[in-house]
Amino acid sequence: MKQTPWWVLAIVVFTLFPLVVTNPFWTTIAIFTLIYMGCATSWNMFSGYSGYVSLGTAIFYGCGAYTMALISIHSHMPGGAEQFLLVPVGGLVSMVIAVPLGAVALRVRRHTFVVITIAFFFVFQLAAINANFTGGPAGLSLQLIGWQGNSYNTPFYYVALAILVFAVVLSALVRRSRFGLQLLAIRDDEDRALGLGVKVKAVKLTGYTLSAFTVGMMGALYAMFLGQIYPQFVFDPVFDVTVALMAFLGGFGTLLGPLVGGLILESSQQWLTATYSNGSLYLILFGALFLVVVLFMPQGIVVKVKDMWMKRSLKASDDSSIPTPATVTGGAK
Amino acid sequence: MTTLLEAKDVSRAFGGLKALAGCSLNVERGSITGLIGPNGSGKTTLFNVITGYIKADSGSVTFDGKDITNARPNAVFALGIGRTFQMTRIFSRISVVENMLVATQRDESWLRGLTRSKSSKSELDNAMEWLDFVGLARLANLQAGSLSYGQRKLLELAYVLVADPDVILLDEPAGGVNLTLINEIGERIRTLNKSGKTFLIVEHNMEFVMNLCDTVTVMHQGRNLVTGQPEEVRANPLVLDAYLGGGDDDDEEVIEEMTNG
Repeated sequence: MKQTPWWVLAIVVFTLFPLVVTNPFWTTIAIFTLIYMGCATSWNMFSGYSGYVSLGTAIFYGCGAYTMALISIHSHMPGGAEQFLLVPVGGLVSMVIAVPLGAVALRVRRHTFVVITIAFFFVFQLAAINANFTGGPAGLSLQLIGWQGNSYNTPFYYVALAILVFAVVLSALVRRSRFGLQLLAIRDDEDRALGLGVKVKAVKLTGYTLSAFTVGMMGALYAMFLGQIYPQFVFDPVFDVTVALMAFLGGFGTLLGPLVGGLILESSQQWLTATYSNGSLYLILFGALFLVVVLFMPQGIVVKVKDMWMKRSLKASDDSSIPTPATVTGGAK
Repeated sequence: MTTLLEAKDVSRAFGGLKALAGCSLNVERGSITGLIGPNGSGKTTLFNVITGYIKADSGSVTFDGKDITNARPNAVFALGIGRTFQMTRIFSRISVVENMLVATQRDESWLRGLTRSKSSKSELDNAMEWLDFVGLARLANLQAGSLSYGQRKLLELAYVLVADPDVILLDEPAGGVNLTLINEIGERIRTLNKSGKTFLIVEHNMEFVMNLCDTVTVMHQGRNLVTGQPEEVRANPLVLDAYLGGGDDDDEEVIEEMTNG
């Protein structure tokens, strides 16, 4: 019996969604959810695989957003579909910025690395608030896009979906490549990997830079979608934490984990905020959810479900041969 | 026989402690060389200097005529020096066979790793062959963290071998391993040695060292004390002094072992 792979089902569902649900209330939530799922996947592609937990992801999100805003404003682009061309440019700019940041931050490990990424993040936030070309605290306004009513969201939705698919495919390819194996080896024992010929510096920096690309694209899309950016919202410390938490919730280092985490967290956050017009209600939900995860499934939802499913099928088949456990965190596909 | 690996007057201090104080060592091509000495005599530090994990304060290390003093660990490995660690180090969250594949790209450019899959058919076959050689083939798809201590030792040996190094540095291959497995590891080393691999072995199990090695070097307080055939070394009074001088209970047992067998 051949099963339809999960990703085919997911793509069909996500593609059909805006055709079935046309209410902008829901499609707006969906766009934010896709953006966060993409960022979490991309974050996980470096931090999840290599174990280098970065809390400065918003740097790349913000740089992508400002790239979109600054270029479209200064080149007097009329608001419309051609702005989408700036989305990959936002990604590229973020990548370029990631190179020197990574070269410095990746010299240290674990907690020190985390702290350095946070420090870098605040440097960027402060720069955006205080510089002239960023418009300071007032931010930047992009050209108005003349799309009307319910169809305004649709192009954004599909572009976000396309970037998300790109992020997932990239993450899957990395996981299957020699490069991905080297990242996983670095996570388990960096010095040992070095002693087995892995060029750890180059591998880490490549991973860090690649993961900045997708996040930058999502940031650019965000700026275009809202038409207005403020430094404190595109360089948002909560973004740093949220993206990491999504991956931890779903399954750190797994392909599916950040998708599941992003889907659950971002959609519920958007819905709660919109429904109860209370900006911080979701924080209570987040707190409760994380307690549950830390207590009962510290490796994340995906790994837990997989293990349970495997135990059940093992019992059912009553197989006496050696089971192949889910290669937890590392190998789960 | 010619010298393959040579350390000359290597010194290294940690703060006020001279872990290595002008230590020299020769490893001849095709030999099994043993390195013994009381705890803290600098054996592992010497390993770390040779393989690039620790920088030497002075002295030089040459491999096959090339100066490799203070080269990076990945460069040392790429030249053909593989090592295992005293505290066994494997990649615990990836599978056993993936552990084997980490070392396959001995001298591949990092960019190549991006564009190729984890392993080619021949690399995978080669990895499985070595796993079979150490008797772990049936566990290939298991997560490496679930292996027992002895199995980890074997895996560490296997994934070093997969890259086909010329000389292999083993740091206590028999430590904490049961007798049957010790003999098995000894057998494997002998087989590999016959096929042309050179070994440098640090070990506290005297029986293991004396049976296996062609040449033994004794280290004491960061220096090489005596070098010679196992029998010569065993009979040398300087060696006994070195072990007794340590005043450690463990060391006395070692001497007993040395003198008896």
